[in-house]
Amino acid sequence: MTGYFLQAFIYLIAAVVAVPVAKKLGLGSVLGYLIAGLLIGPVLGLVGSETETIQHFAEFGVVIMLFLVGLELEPRALWNMKHKLLGLGGLQVGITTVVVMGIAMTLGQIWSIALTIGLIFALSSTAIVLQTFQEKGLQKTEGGQSAFSVLLFQDIAVIFMLALIPLLALPELVSAAQNASAGDGHGGTAHFLKTLPGWAYGLVVIGAVVVVVAAGHYLSRPLFRFVASSGLRETFTATALMLVIGIAALMSLVGLSPALGTFLAGVVLANSEFRHELESAVEPFKGLLLGLFFITVGAGINVSVLQENVWIVAGATLAVIVVKAVLLAGIARVFGIRGSDRWLVTLSLAQAGEFGFVLVNYAVQNHVLPSPTAQVLSLVVAFSMFLTPGLFILFDTVILPRYTKTRNQQQAEVPDEVGTVVIAGIGRFGQIVNRLLVANGMATVVLDVRTEQVELMRRINTKAYFGDASKPDILHTAGIEEASMMVIAIDNRETSVEMVKYIKHTYPHVKILARAFDRGHGYRLKYVGADYTVSETYHSALEMGAQALRESGFHPFQVEQQKMAYNNIERDQADSLYEAWVDDTSGKRLDNNYLKLFMQLEEQIGQAMQRDRVDGHSRSRGWTPPPKGYADNPSQEGNAVDKAD
Amino acid sequence: MSDNVNQRVLVLFAHPSQARSEVNMPLFNDARSIPGVTAVDLYGEYPTFNIDIDREQQRLLEHDVVLFQFPLYWYSTPSLLKEWQDLVLEYGFAYGHDGHALNDKLFLCALSAGGQAEAYQTDGYNHFTIRQLLQPLEQMANLTGMRYLPPLALFGSRTAKEEQRISRHRSRYKRLLEALVAGNIDYSIAASLPKINQYWPDSQEDC
Repeated sequence: MTGYFLQAFIYLIAAVVAVPVAKKLGLGSVLGYLIAGLLIGPVLGLVGSETETIQHFAEFGVVIMLFLVGLELEPRALWNMKHKLLGLGGLQVGITTVVVMGIAMTLGQIWSIALTIGLIFALSSTAIVLQTFQEKGLQKTEGGQSAFSVLLFQDIAVIFMLALIPLLALPELVSAAQNASAGDGHGGTAHFLKTLPGWAYGLVVIGAVVVVVAAGHYLSRPLFRFVASSGLRETFTATALMLVIGIAALMSLVGLSPALGTFLAGVVLANSEFRHELESAVEPFKGLLLGLFFITVGAGINVSVLQENVWIVAGATLAVIVVKAVLLAGIARVFGIRGSDRWLVTLSLAQAGEFGFVLVNYAVQNHVLPSPTAQVLSLVVAFSMFLTPGLFILFDTVILPRYTKTRNQQQAEVPDEVGTVVIAGIGRFGQIVNRLLVANGMATVVLDVRTEQVELMRRINTKAYFGDASKPDILHTAGIEEASMMVIAIDNRETSVEMVKYIKHTYPHVKILARAFDRGHGYRLKYVGADYTVSETYHSALEMGAQALRESGFHPFQVEQQKMAYNNIERDQADSLYEAWVDDTSGKRLDNNYLKLFMQLEEQIGQAMQRDRVDGHSRSRGWTPPPKGYADNPSQEGNAVDKAD
Repeated sequence: MSDNVNQRVLVLFAHPSQARSEVNMPLFNDARSIPGVTAVDLYGEYPTFNIDIDREQQRLLEHDVVLFQFPLYWYSTPSLLKEWQDLVLEYGFAYGHDGHALNDKLFLCALSAGGQAEAYQTDGYNHFTIRQLLQPLEQMANLTGMRYLPPLALFGSRTAKEEQRISRHRSRYKRLLEALVAGNIDYSIAASLPKINQYWPDSQEDC
């Protein structure tokens, strides 16, 4: 037990120290983890052979990540990607495999080994690339989307590669391993499935996929609703984990990629109202496991093999990156991806990936690769991953500035794009706000804690999500970082004050528009930083009063003027009333100044209305005719004459 | 007007449909960037026509030149600018007994009109010149003791963008505003022109 604690501590401390430093230096968290692994592994020797076991465990982070990616991708969006997915991805995997295979063969490898090497290097690192995209906010760019479709195709292709590799087994390696225990291969395929004939196996696979889709679509909602109604957060987290782990288990049971299975489940759930809550529940696990995975990549570098083959590894790594980059650039060009997006595709995908490790190990187990070659290949995969953050830095500092500059010049007169608005609370108030914003083409994310309300909204095609907007992680998954504004329209007065306080503190750039229950609540919201508050009944009450005046015979236009006068006085007094309130509540004054001012305000409003009725001269003036008889004296008209007075 | 001291220029801009503006928005943005010019977007400040009379009168007091910038609507200003006149130019402030607050200020309009320049002639489609059509504003200036300058006009404004006439008009507008700030427009020459476009002989073509 102590040993585990110590190890866990070593991993954690390495991450805690290295990652923030790497981020501060602008290197990105991935490089930080890799360096942390390098430090505790080959450099300091604090961790050893167990890294490989941990790595298998940490690969689960990739599975969760694809679940999260799936959640971000509605089925329709996935369908729209089909050309890129098959075209870009298919070409990339196919051509890279063939070219790398050709190079390996010219270097003297036999064809089966060369093909395996080709397959290994055709893959890129989903973990590094998606993590970095997320960190840098590149997912939504065209380059990011294209890179993602290539990665997705690779994840699908891995399944076929795992099926293909055993067929390439070298007779001499097989016979050498004959005495050793056979093992059941890497895929984790259960024994009973191996005994099935091909068609039955196919049926089982299809059945599993159908189960995932159908369960995701029909069973998940009642389940989540049931769990959510219990109000226990940790139960919800447990449910989310159960879902991901269950799918992963089912998929590896039938020999499919767990990552792909959870991705599919994610896509099915992308339309669900529980999407944001799900995201925030599994997100921390993904982050930790992926970090662990990157550390093990760093820690797993085999120093003695490296020392023996340092030039081969260095040369092969560079060759892999250059070959992949050149091919990617060419394919991206064929698909009409331009400018900085093409560079992003080229540079981001030029490394080998974590599935490369899997294939290497798998190939060794299946007697396709001799062990020494495999060790060198693992190093090349690791080092190409090591260099990827460097390529991203190159993209950020050299390539992107050049393109953004020209783009800015072209669009100098177009106003900045309006950011997203997060709306907390979709009751009678939030609904109207949301409808107005959406009708004007603004992107909104709506959150509510009442499942019935969310359901009702979704039935009338409003994008609403179940989630407690007072929870920091929910706000995070709802995209508060990218949001420009937050509208708070929830009933609970205390919660809304807390919410304003938290958001203003953590995301000072977000403008907060908050609905207030009454004057006092409005002041409290303002006090903690709300940019705009409105009493929920103020305008409707004023409108009702105006209608009452109209009903009793006042001229409609005069009623509008009276309303405006009321509004103006209210607005002019707002600041002094607020300050008096602050003084009173903070105990600076004990004479109840606020109450006095409030009574003063009432009086002023009364006077303003009265004045208008008595002498026709309203406080807000306007359209006041000149005095009677002013035109009788022509000298009043010309200023030249006037001045002579 | 003293020749050496910079004049403070107030641009009152009234445009009810700014999202569709092709001519006036660039002009207004130029005005904003010129030192000595206060550029006010009236529809932006008073979207509900709730004009703050005190604030507007204070603005007038603080400036030496008043310029209305607007697209021509039915041969006149957009309605908010008319509302502004009705409310702000009060008896006792702008005219009448003791109403001398605006005396000796310069007043002019900068407008865009959809019709072609030839239409705004006595024998043209619109029967009157633009200076004639703006006579209510000229008389407003007279009554309030302001000195009236003829308007700066861009005609055929709906196709100005396609015909690449906007950038030239922008430099014309900038030149006018800078001259107003510097106080070096010769009133005796300018006041009698049909349009102030003609004040600079090299820039009078096409408008």
